[in-house]
Amino acid sequence: MSSGTLYDKVWNFHQVKELPGGSTQLFIGLHLIHEVTSPQAFSALNEKNLGVKFPNLTVATVDHIVPTSNQQRPFSDPLAEEMLATLENNCKTHGIKFHGIGSDSQGVVHVMAPELGLTQPGMTVACGDSHTSTHGAFGAIAFGIGTSQVRDVLASQSLAMNKLKVRRIWVAGELQKGVYAKDLILHIIRHLGVKGGVGFAYEFAGPAIEKLSMEGRMTICNMAIEGGARCGYINPDETTFRYIKGKAHAPKGPEWDKAVSWWKSLASDSKATFDDEIQLDGSSIEPTVTWGITPGQGISIKETIPNPELLPKNEQQIAKDACKYMNLKPDEPIEGKSIDVCFIGSCTNGRLSDLQEASKIVKGHSVATGIRAFVVPGSQKVAKEAKEKGIDKIFLKAGFEWREPGCSMCLAMNPDKLEGRQISASSSNRNFKGRQGSANGRTLLMSPAMVAAAAINGKVTDVRNFLQE
Amino acid sequence: MKQEFPKGEIKSIQGRSFTIRGDDIDTDRIIPARFLKCVSFAALGEQVFADDRKELKGNHPFDLDHNKGANILIVNDNFGCGSSREHAPQALMRWGIRLIIGESFAEIFFGNCLALGIPCLTATKKEITKLQNLVEEDHTQKWYFKLKELSITNQIETVKLDLEEGAYNMLSTGKWDATSQLLDEEEKIKYTISKLPYLNNFR
Repeated sequence: MSSGTLYDKVWNFHQVKELPGGSTQLFIGLHLIHEVTSPQAFSALNEKNLGVKFPNLTVATVDHIVPTSNQQRPFSDPLAEEMLATLENNCKTHGIKFHGIGSDSQGVVHVMAPELGLTQPGMTVACGDSHTSTHGAFGAIAFGIGTSQVRDVLASQSLAMNKLKVRRIWVAGELQKGVYAKDLILHIIRHLGVKGGVGFAYEFAGPAIEKLSMEGRMTICNMAIEGGARCGYINPDETTFRYIKGKAHAPKGPEWDKAVSWWKSLASDSKATFDDEIQLDGSSIEPTVTWGITPGQGISIKETIPNPELLPKNEQQIAKDACKYMNLKPDEPIEGKSIDVCFIGSCTNGRLSDLQEASKIVKGHSVATGIRAFVVPGSQKVAKEAKEKGIDKIFLKAGFEWREPGCSMCLAMNPDKLEGRQISASSSNRNFKGRQGSANGRTLLMSPAMVAAAAINGKVTDVRNFLQE
Repeated sequence: MKQEFPKGEIKSIQGRSFTIRGDDIDTDRIIPARFLKCVSFAALGEQVFADDRKELKGNHPFDLDHNKGANILIVNDNFGCGSSREHAPQALMRWGIRLIIGESFAEIFFGNCLALGIPCLTATKKEITKLQNLVEEDHTQKWYFKLKELSITNQIETVKLDLEEGAYNMLSTGKWDATSQLLDEEEKIKYTISKLPYLNNFR
């Protein structure tokens, strides 16, 4: 059993009680809600005649269903409009702060909450969205929950939870030029598998992790869930504190120093015990692309599609399904594979540095003929800062569309969708069958810079070719 | 017809069964995102596995006549991975599923099912394959699950099942609906808050 880890320390701070069933009642310090998984939770509260216990500890935004070409109300999709209006009403009724359409802090929930300084080390963060693991980048215990649990948090600010085991993933070395946080996490999931993390919290540590910016760290923790780990986290350090300082909800004045010293005390002890430990060499990782239908089916840009017959027995069937679905043949290279659509955005890679890195590749080039390419900033703040830096112009000039903030084609609950058998190069997090809005559409996951390179060449490209120019 | 949803102690479940084969079946497949555009779960039962069913044109297990009225689903490895959407277990429940048995389940999916009173039990790959084959041999046979015995049987063959202790206790005592328990502890919650630096100006 783990001891002395950040996970243990934060867990202990939030333990309310051992429940009769053997699980723990865990206090939730920050509850984030959005329009998709909350309406039924509010309905359930009403049915049970319950109120929201601590409305100041829940924060709302709208992201999944937002149209990105025009955010004008009412939305042209009446169902989307109904969901937004329902959330607005619920927030109003229960006194919950709502960062809605028209607010300069609206955005993808896992992008906007850290920007506001809401996410801080040592918190428990819950949200009805599996990518809540993102907030672990700050040294918080953050995890996705279902709608019944959203109801429970609204009613009691707590959840019935079982403590997870802790696996430390130590990444030595330094990422090479053209290799980003996205490549690292795709590499990790490839090697530990999409269910390798079930029952675990992942602690990401080591020199390669410490060198990442907060935005890179968020990309890593965001996809912990794609490796089966409900939460992933990184110990807070100076990079973390620098990011938080001055944000709207950050501790101010004399509180700041006290906060920092508490945050520092939460990092895993040098003698902490982990349930499992894994070491990787970050410097040997190459740009990584998924070829299949799970985020674990990744290969480096220089590798070929695996031959299912040569894979471990338990991976063979899903690899065969993937080859068939993706229309890829074993041993064919992934580099050079033609694509139709390029999507830069999402809670994984829709932050300023993501757009900045991609724009460096795009600058001075044009989107290849016949390719639909678009950029969806993760939040209003990302959009504003990108515009101030002229990043939007670089994309527009190259032939990209520049959109309004939202989840967009990561899961295609808004009008941004693949059509038919289209294949996308996407900076999002899931390549499941049908994920991007067409029942037989196809997705190749990669870093935003790799998406940019793919847009310019019209095919899967090693981004390092652009960096040598 | 008004459906009865699980309530109280869940000690036994009986009924007909069918299989969904394949590893890593994600919640986007169980309920595609476009059906998440709703403010109520009521209509989800008809949309379960919508895209897979469309592709198989009536030959999907959820469309086959002989599976109508069945309530036990046998799946493979890492079932319910991906999105945390409770819409997935809601869709299965509203179609009629009351028990899921598989090699393993994704964590959030498992918890979402538990919160609805739908047990997810596991068995080894070998046992699941055996169970899936038995189930597919005869669609009309009745299966009997007993929580206490952690097994399912057609009264000829029996398969032993596994369930973590916490979930077992919650189902057997009927306390899988956690809200009321969580609300009982107001004083303890206040005490927890009083000890949290970030809710007390880092004093």
